[in-house]
Amino acid sequence: MEVPSSSADRRITGSDITRRELIGTAVVTGGALVGGPLLPGFIPEAAAQAGTPPGTLDLALRVNGTDHHLTLDPRTTLLDALREHLHLTGSKKGCGLGQCGACTVLMDGKRMKACLSLAALVEGREITTIEGLVRGEQLHPLQAAFIERDAFQCGYCTPGQIMAGVACINEGHAGSPEEIRDWMSGNLCRCGAYDNIVAAIQDAARAIGSGRGG
Amino acid sequence: MNNIQYVAPQSIDEAVAAMAAANGTGRVLAGGTDLLIQMRAGVVSPGIIVDVKKIVEMTTIDETSGGYRIGAAVSGAVIGEHARLKKAWPGVVEAINLIGSKQIQGRASAGGNLCNASPAADSVPALVAAGAIVTVQGPKGRRDVPVEKIHAGPGRTTLQPGEIVVSFTLPARPAGSSDAYLRLIPRTEMDIAVVGCGVSLTIQNGTCTAARVGLGAVAPTVLLVEDAAKALAGSRLDDKALEAAAAACRAACKPINDKRGTIAYRTKIAGVLLKRAAGIAAERAGRK
Repeated sequence: MEVPSSSADRRITGSDITRRELIGTAVVTGGALVGGPLLPGFIPEAAAQAGTPPGTLDLALRVNGTDHHLTLDPRTTLLDALREHLHLTGSKKGCGLGQCGACTVLMDGKRMKACLSLAALVEGREITTIEGLVRGEQLHPLQAAFIERDAFQCGYCTPGQIMAGVACINEGHAGSPEEIRDWMSGNLCRCGAYDNIVAAIQDAARAIGSGRGG
Repeated sequence: MNNIQYVAPQSIDEAVAAMAAANGTGRVLAGGTDLLIQMRAGVVSPGIIVDVKKIVEMTTIDETSGGYRIGAAVSGAVIGEHARLKKAWPGVVEAINLIGSKQIQGRASAGGNLCNASPAADSVPALVAAGAIVTVQGPKGRRDVPVEKIHAGPGRTTLQPGEIVVSFTLPARPAGSSDAYLRLIPRTEMDIAVVGCGVSLTIQNGTCTAARVGLGAVAPTVLLVEDAAKALAGSRLDDKALEAAAAACRAACKPINDKRGTIAYRTKIAGVLLKRAAGIAAERAGRK
């Protein structure tokens, strides 16, 4: 699915900018633009073409502390809703089959694979994506540790690794490298940066002060 | 693409009504970890998705005079965090916790694992060994079915049109009872069983007084191996009894050759896993 190109969308973004520019702008402005296409009056393209088609759902999704109102095909996964409708492209689509973990997000603080959940299933839940970890200019300790430890090569799995790592630390499952490897086993890295990922999680767990237990 | 509806009823009656009204095009969604993949692959294209995660009876665990009732849509993670259930039925819990990765555990359920009807479903041999009773509700009302009667073949169940698996009931058992589940996979995590074996035992004064054995991935359906249970019951789980039970497991196998294992390999492993799982279950039973 392409980025919506309806007139409503153009009006909101203000110009005929490209998808990548839109994302760049949204990041620079702290994500304020992300909600743009969802302002009152915005009608998704499919709905605009078909009137109010049967088989669509009106949903309220709470993502990174902001409420979004969407009209979606019921089959839309949470991942597609995040990436294609909210333009939060930090969560990656790797396999789309729940195997690789690149799409990991937090639901009420617990990790889940966004590709295996319908958007409809998480209505009313608090969803946190990689975009929601930063506090102003302050990276989350695990984001900082990933940079410090060089815990990636291509970076594609990184958002999912970090979201799973945040949950791993919060759950108290970051007590030892072995424990981290076990509880991070749902996230694959084809570059093989596992040693550095484990080290980054250990560092962040110490920084956060909840690495004990588990 | 056809239009598709999504409903999230609050009660089983409403869910059954929605399934009945769908006239065969309804699909139950619990965790969605099988259904979404099948939809994406075009294997299924439901007219209506019935999300059962909002039904209290299907998403809770209750203790029932010594036994347990586990809602069919309870996630593996919730089951794994239930300390008393884990103590009473460690084999059932470890089997359910082997389904997928940590994130999958947050969604996937034993009910979904059963209804997906894979012969290699990890939770099913352990539930068979446990003597789990499945409560099913459909347009004609409720019925209770032994779990081993649900699978009809790969991807097929004996559920009637419109029927929904509501819960599993694990029976109360005497002291000195425990269970274990082992599966063989070439990796350490996230793989499909080459063979899976669940054993549930009661041991009193060193003698095995009751046993049940479930075997997975060695036949079109998960098997209840009664001859293996007979070989264990009444014995002191000595080498002779264990070998007799292993032989019964091998004899029960009707596996396929595939990339995961040959017929000969699967058959041999079924006996090996029986002995090891029985050993773990016996050790756990002795500790209680």
